[in-house]
Amino acid sequence: MAADASSDKTPVTVLTGYLGAGKTTLLNRILSEPHGKKYAVIVNEFGEIGIDNDLVVGADEEVFEMNNGCVCCTVRGDLIRILEGLMKRKGKFDAIIVETTGLADPAPVAQTFFIDEEVGRKARLDAVVTVADAKWLTERLKDAPEAKNQIAFADVILLNKTDLVSKDELDEVDGRIRGINPYARVIRTTKCDVPLDAVLDKGAFDLDRILSIEPAFLEADDHDHDHHHGHGHDHHHHHKHGPDCGCGHDHAAGEDHGHEHHDHGHGEHSHGGLKHYHDETMQSVAFEIPGDVDANKFMPWVNNLAQTEGQNFLRWKGILAFAGEPRRFVFQGVHMILDGDLQREWKPDEKRRSKIVFIGKELDEAKLRQGFEACAA
Amino acid sequence: MSMPSDAGYPSLVDRTTPVDAGAYVIAAAFLGEAAVFALGDGMVLFVDEGQERRVPAHDGGVLVAAAAGNVLVTGGDDGKVLRFTADGATEPLGEVKGGWIDAVAIGPDGAVAWSSGKRVFARDGKGELRTIEAPSAVRGLAFAPKGYQVAAARYGGVSLWFPRLDAAPKELAWKGSHIDVTFAPDGRFVVTTMQENALHGWRLADGAHMRMSGYPGKVRSVDWTNDGKSLATAGADAAILWPFQAKDGPMGKSPKELGVRPARVSRVACHPRAAVVALGYEDGCVLMVRISDGAEILGRNPGEGGPVTALAWDRVGARLAFGTEEGAAGVVALPAD
Repeated sequence: MAADASSDKTPVTVLTGYLGAGKTTLLNRILSEPHGKKYAVIVNEFGEIGIDNDLVVGADEEVFEMNNGCVCCTVRGDLIRILEGLMKRKGKFDAIIVETTGLADPAPVAQTFFIDEEVGRKARLDAVVTVADAKWLTERLKDAPEAKNQIAFADVILLNKTDLVSKDELDEVDGRIRGINPYARVIRTTKCDVPLDAVLDKGAFDLDRILSIEPAFLEADDHDHDHHHGHGHDHHHHHKHGPDCGCGHDHAAGEDHGHEHHDHGHGEHSHGGLKHYHDETMQSVAFEIPGDVDANKFMPWVNNLAQTEGQNFLRWKGILAFAGEPRRFVFQGVHMILDGDLQREWKPDEKRRSKIVFIGKELDEAKLRQGFEACAA
Repeated sequence: MSMPSDAGYPSLVDRTTPVDAGAYVIAAAFLGEAAVFALGDGMVLFVDEGQERRVPAHDGGVLVAAAAGNVLVTGGDDGKVLRFTADGATEPLGEVKGGWIDAVAIGPDGAVAWSSGKRVFARDGKGELRTIEAPSAVRGLAFAPKGYQVAAARYGGVSLWFPRLDAAPKELAWKGSHIDVTFAPDGRFVVTTMQENALHGWRLADGAHMRMSGYPGKVRSVDWTNDGKSLATAGADAAILWPFQAKDGPMGKSPKELGVRPARVSRVACHPRAAVVALGYEDGCVLMVRISDGAEILGRNPGEGGPVTALAWDRVGARLAFGTEEGAAGVVALPAD
């Protein structure tokens, strides 16, 4: 269904991070480098952009709730209006970048692309990129819940200004990041000097591109842990969540396809020298069944989970083997909004397994594990 | 009258003059004899007896437009507001530096209103300009049928503003994001379209609320019937007409459905004199439907060009102009009977 339509949709990158972390530097690079693409940029802190670009639009960061009070249905109303306007000038730009302030919750931005029909028809969320200041992030993680949200939500994290901190401090902040979000790709940078293809065109919400759900490690890291290196993050949109949310809405759930269960444990946890700091508020948990799940058990369970616990899950994903189904079922979720679909077939040499991961708060690990394992085929 | 048939409908397709507008058609209108199309590439296209004339209007694109009584007002992403009249003149009415024009409206006696973000501007027929800041960004504007009053739809409700008075606007509150706004022609009701697939309304006399829901999608086009008694709306696989004649308006009443087809209605335009509604669909189809019995006439087959994004009758209802998302447009001429 969406496979053909997806390619027509304008990709949107959400760029978040505190003032001063380096977002503007990155934005200016995106707007000025000769990559041949034209970007429309929606910014909150107008006036910071150094390039005179007529496709820079100021936004008010207005978060709208629906009348039903459903918290998952918050959207960025100003973004809907701006995207509507930009889409009337189709062909004038190849992609859109939405910059949000450091205090912003990325959830309403992301949800906008699932909830608003028009926006969802014409645009697709490509990735959430967070720029973090290596010097200050550790402090921010201690005193600002927003900072944790931005780390938890990200697909790519630029750990910037590495020149201002020592290696130990850098490893510590890196560890704190991974304690919250083991799945984002963390890139250490000075002046956001990362090749642009590391932040643009990621397809992080493209279900077709979810190959695996593995924690990401430093490319340079060398360890004999049982995890794979690298980061396969493909999310695939399929089923748009209807905007008329009565909080009893239906969410497509994906099958979960597991790799080895990755237990982060508590407190510090070492992976080849990189520590993971267990954060008290924001965690990630992952579960795996080394085989199939019963779709008739899994779907109701995961849909119910979305409705009852969705407000605690910031990002969640799964790759599943449904009994009797040759294709992998893949889903990715943002709070209560689930987007899932059957994907490619399991390869002959590929072990069928079911895995789900959650990044969120107040995660009842035992209860989630129990619920998931009860879905085994 | 015998009309040729097409796809089972009596058809006016061969009385339709196609126009290749070439860009998203924001609005269609008639100014004098010319059919006029305001476009997403910033041009306003005049088509008169086969001749085309493109007037560069806005630097980037036309974002919003309103048409009434031989006047077309456009607002662009260049922050400018322009008025086009039948004599071919283009008059700049205002400019918001560094902002986009998010909504425009035409009122009685030459009044025009526009908004950018939270700022609302009203300019009366003499050119006097007043401005106010709404509590949140304004998405839609409408003038009251009488007097000089502007309704501004925004997050949380509608602000009713009398520009000539210094008093603060009266706020009609209802949680949620209100997008388009319209006054009933008799001035008794204010109705908005909302983010969540529904319309909301207030009876002005006592502030009573009404909700018109059940739509599968957002309602982004509404128009009052020629007798002012019903509100035709898009947003479903048929035009939905709500009766507003009674004291309670549509409360407790079921709406009428016209033009049921396997495609969503994207635009509605009521005939200025007859009880007929023109419907534009997301598959590009255009139908004209008689309200009394639902009889349909085909104006355009579904086809190339994407959803119908603009639809307008001329002053007497002899011609219907339409435009689509991808720039296909045209004018349907009704037979003279």
